[in-house]
Amino acid sequence: MLSNASSKKIPAAVIRVEDLWCGYPGRSVLKGISFQVERGEFIGLLGPNGSGKTTLLLTLSGVIPFQSGQVEVMQQPILQLRHKDRARRMAVVGQESTVRFPFECEEVVRMGRYPHQNRWQLGNAIDAKIVKKAMHLTDTEALSDRLITAISGGERQRVSMAKALAQETPILLLDEATSAMDIHRKLQVFRVLNTLNRDEGLTVISVLHDINLAALFCRRLLLLKEGLILADDQTEKVMTSETLKRVYDAEVLVHEVAETGKRQVVFLP
Amino acid sequence: MKSEIRNAGNRWRADRTAQKSHWLSVSNFRLCCTVGFFYWLAALVVIGLTAFLTSGIGSFETPYRIIWRLWLSPFHPSWAEGIDETVRYIVINVRLARICLALTVGGALALAGAVYQGVLLNPLADPFTLGVSTGAAFGASLYILFGWGGGHLLGMSTLPIAAFVGALAALYLVYLLGRVDGRIHTTTLVLAGIIVSTFLSAWIGVLKSLNEDSVSTIVFWVMGSLSGKSWGHVLLVLPYLAAGGAMIIYYARELDLLTLGDVQAQQLGVNVQQIRFRLMLAASLVTAVAVAVSGVIGFVGLVVPHLVRLALGPHHRRLLPAVFLVGALLLLLSDTLARSFLPNGQELPVGVVTAILGGPFFCYLMLHRKKYLQL
Repeated sequence: MLSNASSKKIPAAVIRVEDLWCGYPGRSVLKGISFQVERGEFIGLLGPNGSGKTTLLLTLSGVIPFQSGQVEVMQQPILQLRHKDRARRMAVVGQESTVRFPFECEEVVRMGRYPHQNRWQLGNAIDAKIVKKAMHLTDTEALSDRLITAISGGERQRVSMAKALAQETPILLLDEATSAMDIHRKLQVFRVLNTLNRDEGLTVISVLHDINLAALFCRRLLLLKEGLILADDQTEKVMTSETLKRVYDAEVLVHEVAETGKRQVVFLP
Repeated sequence: MKSEIRNAGNRWRADRTAQKSHWLSVSNFRLCCTVGFFYWLAALVVIGLTAFLTSGIGSFETPYRIIWRLWLSPFHPSWAEGIDETVRYIVINVRLARICLALTVGGALALAGAVYQGVLLNPLADPFTLGVSTGAAFGASLYILFGWGGGHLLGMSTLPIAAFVGALAALYLVYLLGRVDGRIHTTTLVLAGIIVSTFLSAWIGVLKSLNEDSVSTIVFWVMGSLSGKSWGHVLLVLPYLAAGGAMIIYYARELDLLTLGDVQAQQLGVNVQQIRFRLMLAASLVTAVAVAVSGVIGFVGLVVPHLVRLALGPHHRRLLPAVFLVGALLLLLSDTLARSFLPNGQELPVGVVTAILGGPFFCYLMLHRKKYLQL
């Protein structure tokens, strides 16, 4: 009875990183970082340029190997997962990418279904429905027949987001995924992510440069600097002028906006 | 009461339109399939017709009513009754064999080009610009120089294997040369390919002068020719082409995903390293076997994938079969020109013809479609 109650209290970690060292020969980018992510969290990954944010995301998604430590995704070491299994657990929206071949946007979104598809039986009605839903959520339906090579950077990022949503994974990693969008689109995308996070328990980990955007949507912040975690806590606890000053080496004012109840940051010149 | 009737009427109309649009969408789908099937059928008919027409071209004049009967004679010998044996031999064993070889070689080269362009994300990649063709020719001529050219293994000629080894060695060399700071650049890779290609061409010349008799004319290896080929050569190509082609078609969907770049393909669940390696192997095998029977024929692998991509879009499931067919047709036409353009039975190397046909098209791409080529 007691054990049952306590096991209910300990939520299953969807990502567990332990003493992760990662980098290139002769230079470590991540220097022994550890953290856990539980199901349904909305985490912002912040830090100055070169602090290792992108490297961390690429390691988590199994694209680059690491030097030592452990990375587990849903209780399994990342390196033991088969490629398609990994892509069924985790989708990634990367920094702006150039697609060289003129695929229609809808076809690019359809590629998100790849990890779920069997080689000989492709594109059934369920796939079509999921693709449609993903395009609806990202407001990309109007782009479906346009060529991916002929749309703007912000539009391409939305198509990328739709592709990741079509992957239907429990974990979503974003690396500056809204950097080329205008503020209206940024908010729109994050509102959708917020809804998915709340209603479907989607775990979101997002690299962001915009601290104020992070403060609006992320419930937990991880601050990285020079390959180390400087702070890892609830957003309100991390968003203090002392902590941010330590990370960014800049004078910072932190205000609480009465209307939203969220903290916002002003950097001083 | 009135409004109720109106509502019922509206509902009925709504049902009708729903049914109608449903019915329409299903029929649209069927129509698309039928149209798609029709296009493939039309392509095959065009190729068959071209093959039929070109089998009547040559220094030995043969009327088409005889050729028609000869084409049917393998199905029933009675069709060939009363036709001179020499005529039968020329049409079936000389011309038709050469036509079939042109079709397979052209298809193989174009297919390999499409794979190289997709895997390397390089619009300038093809068997020739990557040095693979010349590598294969060098491997094959070295093999012949050592006197192993007639070797057989399990009933299949081993010459394509020697060409394959040469192709892989050249590709590896180009890959090493073309890397700058661990990354492959579009232009450096092609530059490396041209250098390796030129270097190996020179060595083929050396091999040729070492032994005039065994290594056939240098023009054959460097410019390509299908002259004097028989059904034996077609049978030699087919098993290797089938193996390589099957591998390529098997990974058609992965080729689509690879065009998004390594990182994205990996994150979508593609085993990038393994599949790229296998695709490069398959494309090199297909190239090698084509080169082993026809020498180095340029431009087919470069131009045809671009041409088809402009028409059909980049989806590899559709692109690859179409590229094979168009490549086959293009080389058949080029070879027909090569063997009939000059008087008195003289021949042009077929590589000359493909370059003359392909060059202007590529110039057009460079001048007007720079954005498409992304140079």
